[in-house]
Amino acid sequence: MAKMTMVEAINMAHAWEMARDPSVVVLGEDVGINGGVFRATVGLQQRFGKQRVQDTPLAEGLIAGTAVGLAAQGLRPVAEIQFMGFIYPALDQIASHMARLRNRTRGRLTCPLVMRMPHGGGIHAPEHHSESLEALLCHHPGLQVVCPSSPARAYGLLLAAIRSPDPVLFLEPVRLYRFARQEVADDGQALPLGRCFVLREGSDLTLVTWGAMTVDSLKAAEQLAAEGVSCEVLDVGTLSPIDFDAILDSVVKTGRLVVVHEAARNCGVGAEIAATVAEHALYDLLAPIRRVTGYDTIMPLYRLEHDYIPGVARIVDAVRAAMAE
Amino acid sequence: MFKCYDSPMSQHHVVARFEIAYRACLDDDGKPIGALPEFVEDGELLRRMYRMMVRARAFDAKAVNLQRTGKLGTYPSCLGHEAAHVGVGAAMRPEDVLFTVYREIGTKFWRGVGLLDILLYWGGDERGTLYERTPQDFPFCVPIGSQMAHAAGAALAMQIRGEPRCALAFIGDGGTSQGAFYEAINLAGVKALPLVCVIVNNRWAISVPVTAQSAAQTLAQKAVAAGIPALQVDGNDVLVVYEAVAEALARARSGGGPTVIEALTYRLSDHTTSDDATRYRSAQEVEAARRVEPIARMRNFLSARGLWDGAAEEALRRECSDEIETAVQQYLSTPKQSTDAMFDYLYAQLPPTLRAQREEARRYAAPGH
Ligand SMILES: Cc1ncc(C[n+]2csc(CCOP(=O)(O)OP(=O)(O)O)c2C)c(N)n1
Ligand SMILES: [Mg+2]
Repeated sequence: MAKMTMVEAINMAHAWEMARDPSVVVLGEDVGINGGVFRATVGLQQRFGKQRVQDTPLAEGLIAGTAVGLAAQGLRPVAEIQFMGFIYPALDQIASHMARLRNRTRGRLTCPLVMRMPHGGGIHAPEHHSESLEALLCHHPGLQVVCPSSPARAYGLLLAAIRSPDPVLFLEPVRLYRFARQEVADDGQALPLGRCFVLREGSDLTLVTWGAMTVDSLKAAEQLAAEGVSCEVLDVGTLSPIDFDAILDSVVKTGRLVVVHEAARNCGVGAEIAATVAEHALYDLLAPIRRVTGYDTIMPLYRLEHDYIPGVARIVDAVRAAMAE
Repeated sequence: MFKCYDSPMSQHHVVARFEIAYRACLDDDGKPIGALPEFVEDGELLRRMYRMMVRARAFDAKAVNLQRTGKLGTYPSCLGHEAAHVGVGAAMRPEDVLFTVYREIGTKFWRGVGLLDILLYWGGDERGTLYERTPQDFPFCVPIGSQMAHAAGAALAMQIRGEPRCALAFIGDGGTSQGAFYEAINLAGVKALPLVCVIVNNRWAISVPVTAQSAAQTLAQKAVAAGIPALQVDGNDVLVVYEAVAEALARARSGGGPTVIEALTYRLSDHTTSDDATRYRSAQEVEAARRVEPIARMRNFLSARGLWDGAAEEALRRECSDEIETAVQQYLSTPKQSTDAMFDYLYAQLPPTLRAQREEARRYAAPGH
């Protein structure tokens, strides 16, 4: 097994599935000869040809809308949006058509497609290049929203996303693209969508998180272990539809919940998790639920980005506060 | 030409035709191609344009260098675009309003934006958008195409108030594929708005060549569908850029409506400092484009007219490098904003519910640098 970065694992998953399934096509800005600005699609055009890997004109609405048309014709488009901050022109197509084509035709037409995009900040990128907008997508019934947090999970979840009969928005944490190398088997094995991953078992408190914040949450858990606090760390993996059972099971076991996400707090996915836990497990809770999130501000330019993105200290303090109740 | 059905029943006649004129004043070596526009008698204007192009290029080289040494974030170089950018700035009046994409420092400098502003912005600091001397101009617009609608809105405001002012919007060749471009020029046509749109066709949108962006023979002709006059100019010829933009602005100012000008140039640099253009284009292509770059051409022209010499060049280079050095020092010694800055400009007044978050951000503030 080869050790690789997340972006390499994403590339490998594309290649596997394109070789296995001739209906998989890749489209987006600069995905062809350039291999995408992060190189997620590097080499694919050379290997699979210009029909199956196409650079589009510069228009996100077009990318999303043509993906719908391609998918309804039985192809399996994997479309790249260059950065999540540029998804707005595509939202009309995503919300008005992609999310609801199956429903409005009572299953006659469907959208088995993937829209991939870099997610989040922390790499000193320019304005609009560091956004965490998952809540915007999760609010739309009919979509699946996935956010991997390691090379192996990126590989397995992307395969599952491409094979899914329904549209998947696949958010790739930029901070993790080249963060660490991990052994990833190129075996074509998909991981399940709609399931949480337990990254660390624990008994005192459940940390629920996803994407790049899994790294900080695991660090916090490590630090807290030294203080005698045992944290269970769950990677949500699929943000919509969410695996509430796994979260509830863990919270019932530990009695405490801290949700950690990079996106702004207001109406964030953390609010949905907190509300659901309150609805179903309030009497199992030993402390109020806490959220550690990005602030309800515009994602700042990069000199302040690490003041915006929650760090280990904020997570540790939230856990300590929950333990002190 | 359009093919029609060869049906004996059908009748057809042409209901619309169009032409796109191409204009240039100077050849590749800076020699006049024909009669020159009148403004060339204004030697000081010509020198100012030349100086600004040199200043933009010198600053640009420094900015790329700062990025390479870790002192600046991702930076989009303007190398090769200086004539297209400066020509526009020179043709505008101070009271006009400018909408750029992200490369047009030559235009911004002309309008009084400081070197420090540009460094701060690409250095990850929002204070780089303060633009003290051009308070109505919009900051850089990273989401491609979206600035077009703002420019149309500003032009509409000028029209509603009956002001003799214009909005000027830049867009790239790639940008003309976005819906916002068509939507904005469509409105401009319908309302005869005082809007001038300059398409900077530098042949590339990151790795995508303009031929993959549009099958149209020119990008200017996209304006035809909006009912707007359009022309193509040599974007490496600052004289023709100035002339065409000044004409279009004069027409717009006097109620004559919008114009789209396609300036043909070439992106001599990587897309940004994060890009590696050798992955997708040939060195020969870049070399050929370098031979027709705008600055040497203008210098030749000025020298031939006795408006420029080696001593002037020498003095200008020194002046630029001093000015840039000062700005860089200021930039490097600017402390980062406090975390309050994230909150203080969200609304006219901070909503009470955000006070606790502002406090929290203060408590966890990362050390300054
Ligand atoms: C809406 C949107 N999509 C994608 C991007 C990423 N991006 C930045 S620049 C660029 C290419 C722009 O090409 P062009 O309009 O020709 O301008 P140029 O860079 O050549 O000046 C792309 C795709 C973006 N900034 N905004
Ligand atoms: Mg371009």
